Amino acid sequence: MTIVKTKTQKTPVGVKRVVNDFSFTIATMNGSGSQTSNLLLLRALFKMGIPVSGKNLFPSNIQGLPTWYTIRVSKDGYIARRDETEIVVALNKDTFVEDLEKVVPGGAFYYADHLKFNIQRDDITMYPMPVLKLVKESGAPTALRDYVANMVYVGSLAGMMGIDMDKIKLALEFHFGGRQKPIDLNFGLIQAAAEWAVDNLEKQDPFYVEPMDATDGLILADGNTSAALGSIYGGVQFLSWYPITPASSLPEALIHNISDLRDDPETGEKNYAIIQAEDELAAIGMAVGAGWSGLRAITSTSGPGISLMTEFIGLAYFAEVPVVIWDVIRVGPSTGLPTRTSQGDLTMVNFLGHGDTQQIILLPGTANECFEFGWRAFDIAERHQTPVFVLSDLDLGMNQWMSEPFEYPDEPMDRGKIHWEGDMEKLQEKWGRYKDVDGDGIPYRTVIGNRHAASSWFARGTGHDEFAVYSEDSQVWEENMARLIRKYETARKSMPEPISENMRGAVIGILAFGSTAAAIDEARDYLKEAGIKTNSMRVRAIPFTAEVKQFLKKYDVVYVVELNRDGQMHQLLTLEYPEFAGKMVSLPKHDGMPLSASWVKEAVMAEEQK
Amino acid sequence: MAAKKSNGKTNLIGLRKREYRGGVTTLCAGCGHNSISNQIIAACYELNIVPEEIVKFSGIGCSSKSPAYFLNRSFGFNTLHGRMPSVATGASFGDTSLRAIAVSGDGDTSNIGLGQFKHVMRRNLKLVYIVENNGVYGLTKGQFSATAERGLKLKYQGENTYMPIDIIMEALSSDATFIARSFAGDAKQVKELLKAALTHEGLAILDIVSPCVTFNNRPESKHSYDWGKEHEQQLHDFSFVPKEEEIMIDGEFPEGSTRTITMHDGSTLVLKKLESDYDPGDRWNAMRVVEKSNQEGVLLTGLIHLNTRRASLAKMHNLPEDRPLNRMTERELRPAKKTLDALNAKMF
Repeated sequence: MTIVKTKTQKTPVGVKRVVNDFSFTIATMNGSGSQTSNLLLLRALFKMGIPVSGKNLFPSNIQGLPTWYTIRVSKDGYIARRDETEIVVALNKDTFVEDLEKVVPGGAFYYADHLKFNIQRDDITMYPMPVLKLVKESGAPTALRDYVANMVYVGSLAGMMGIDMDKIKLALEFHFGGRQKPIDLNFGLIQAAAEWAVDNLEKQDPFYVEPMDATDGLILADGNTSAALGSIYGGVQFLSWYPITPASSLPEALIHNISDLRDDPETGEKNYAIIQAEDELAAIGMAVGAGWSGLRAITSTSGPGISLMTEFIGLAYFAEVPVVIWDVIRVGPSTGLPTRTSQGDLTMVNFLGHGDTQQIILLPGTANECFEFGWRAFDIAERHQTPVFVLSDLDLGMNQWMSEPFEYPDEPMDRGKIHWEGDMEKLQEKWGRYKDVDGDGIPYRTVIGNRHAASSWFARGTGHDEFAVYSEDSQVWEENMARLIRKYETARKSMPEPISENMRGAVIGILAFGSTAAAIDEARDYLKEAGIKTNSMRVRAIPFTAEVKQFLKKYDVVYVVELNRDGQMHQLLTLEYPEFAGKMVSLPKHDGMPLSASWVKEAVMAEEQK
Repeated sequence: MAAKKSNGKTNLIGLRKREYRGGVTTLCAGCGHNSISNQIIAACYELNIVPEEIVKFSGIGCSSKSPAYFLNRSFGFNTLHGRMPSVATGASFGDTSLRAIAVSGDGDTSNIGLGQFKHVMRRNLKLVYIVENNGVYGLTKGQFSATAERGLKLKYQGENTYMPIDIIMEALSSDATFIARSFAGDAKQVKELLKAALTHEGLAILDIVSPCVTFNNRPESKHSYDWGKEHEQQLHDFSFVPKEEEIMIDGEFPEGSTRTITMHDGSTLVLKKLESDYDPGDRWNAMRVVEKSNQEGVLLTGLIHLNTRRASLAKMHNLPEDRPLNRMTERELRPAKKTLDALNAKMF
């Protein structure tokens, strides 16, 4: 590879450098193509070995409304969202004034110089960028000018902060899949902008990046892509889905990646089928049908879609059909804040269905875990012959996360208790679809295509006996419902265990789940500095495993932190463990934003000082 | 199962007719649906279908209870109201070598299920989709369904003031590939149409007027036995000739008075001309003829439209022909370990 040399700004005299520990926010308009530039910056920083995270704050809109992208670099490895931003890049005239106000004192403000505002702040550094001039000089075709204009801020930031041009080139090559023409055009502009900035701007802010080796062996991935890939390694055979933010990129990533990994290289034949359904009612109906027929079936959606799927989930729970449902949560109720993040579907999903229902839920907290639960969810669903939900959220699903690499499944596929013709031949007594032969609540099932004359059964949502025959008998009903609870208790024993982080001498517990882990890990360090030692537990599944009870038992107080209004995890824990209700304190946050460590720290400190 | 010659008590695959039966019906005595169930049993028996190679589906309602009353040796799924098509669609991928029979009702299809009905036609799922059409909700005791004619009076509901939905016109406008209408009182035609539908490589819609003897069987009702008997007009004398049998066209019919259509499996449909020569391949004409019959108050029955050229849903998905998806194992379904390293390298 050629080493690209670019000048970077020297540190101004008398300024103490702040290296790899700040945030910068790019303010643009939705649909302007800035996501390419933002990801270039994120990837280049990651390739420089600097712990990094990116959060896209976008509107429910195709083009024109404001959007912000915040990148945080952290030498300490913190990847949660911060409330503060040291640097802002302003390219949207509609939000210019508020963007200027966002910069913390001592920070920097880059702006396109054609945005004419006669406002100055004397506590920050203002950097005008001649965007139009540089784009014109780049020779970009007129039709592409608006898109490549974003490369000006990439170059300017690179020159002023010290982002490695080689790594930007690497990120460009990745983004454009090696297509030379767009790589050259964009890179030329980035270089020109970097040189212009170094030659013409006087660096006065203290924020720099320097190479580290803290990302070696890690990956950068969004949760939805990770989930899709995990599902492919889990042997997904049927996907039906309906578009909804923020879940759509999960099936789209699956469609994008599955052919290479699964199609027969010689015949091109597929061992799976994918259908975009007419609505969520049909999406879940198809998935339930496929699961019933013996396929590993999945659908993905968000809260409104879950509402529509509810009746089918009740049927699948009662008829005992394996199916995997990903709920990438956004803010509800109703259409709510469709492009903001939340953990607000927890209690709805836990009890989803009418009558008595309790669902199995997996709660991934990292990209790597989205991959793992992608394949594991099928094993759990087929083992227990029931719907399995995986609750992700917009932040985890759609943003890029630094993560441990995906690990190959460490267990063979578990297809559960299924009888084919040979198994039926060997049976000593009459087979019954809902007969609890092993005492674990899980019966043996057969699926279509089984040619054994005694293998068929009639699936139904109506009351049925052990042989799947219609029954309105009270005792039969009660026994069957009791068996379903027995099955749920069996599932409890094999759920993914929670992950705990401990400090010596801690008497306070923090319990959370999902995407808030990064903020909580960071907050615990700050609390420790403030003299408050905490141990944490990240719950990864419902039904809760024995470790959850142990954790609640052990500490004087347990803060339950989550992203919703009503403290839904706190509610479920209180129901399950009323004996510990008195020491659980709910700390819910529901502003639609990824959780920040400073909020967690303040919330815990406020409680501790009461 | 080795093919045997029928000895009169069994069919060609050695099964007795009772092996195609189901549980005892719980529908009302005289219900049209029971008669249709009997014709399903007869058609499958006579076509020598292995019961395990049929899958049954239904939605919710009186009609949808009936799959429990035929083909006990077949798998079945009694699904949700109006959402049988989605379940049948998903399940069809488990093993595409199987055939499927679905029973729905007029409420299940034209009220709550109109969306899924339209979309399953778009996809041309290989499925015999029977609508047991009586214009009324039976299980909830006599409310109007969307196929009830305007002006129909029911005991507790008063008069229906809305226009009906015509299942056949909906199917024609959606370009479904097999569309037939029949009358439960015309058992022979029902059976022959069922046989033809079972050999169709795509979605076969059978809209069968199937009177509700309890709530909607007054002679003036368009879904009653009396009205059907008086107003049924067959498009043609329709018969199905399985591929094993030679086609015998009756010599007394003049040349040009018979149409024959070859199905995918080699069996033949013989359509003998009655009042006029009707070409079921002409969809535009079919719409005109059906509309005219509706205006004239005629119950037009027979094979209204057939298109054998369009691929079925399974064929559009390029699946292996030699083994069903639901018998595949980890070896085929989980990509090799080495592929994951390449994938991780791409994740940045």
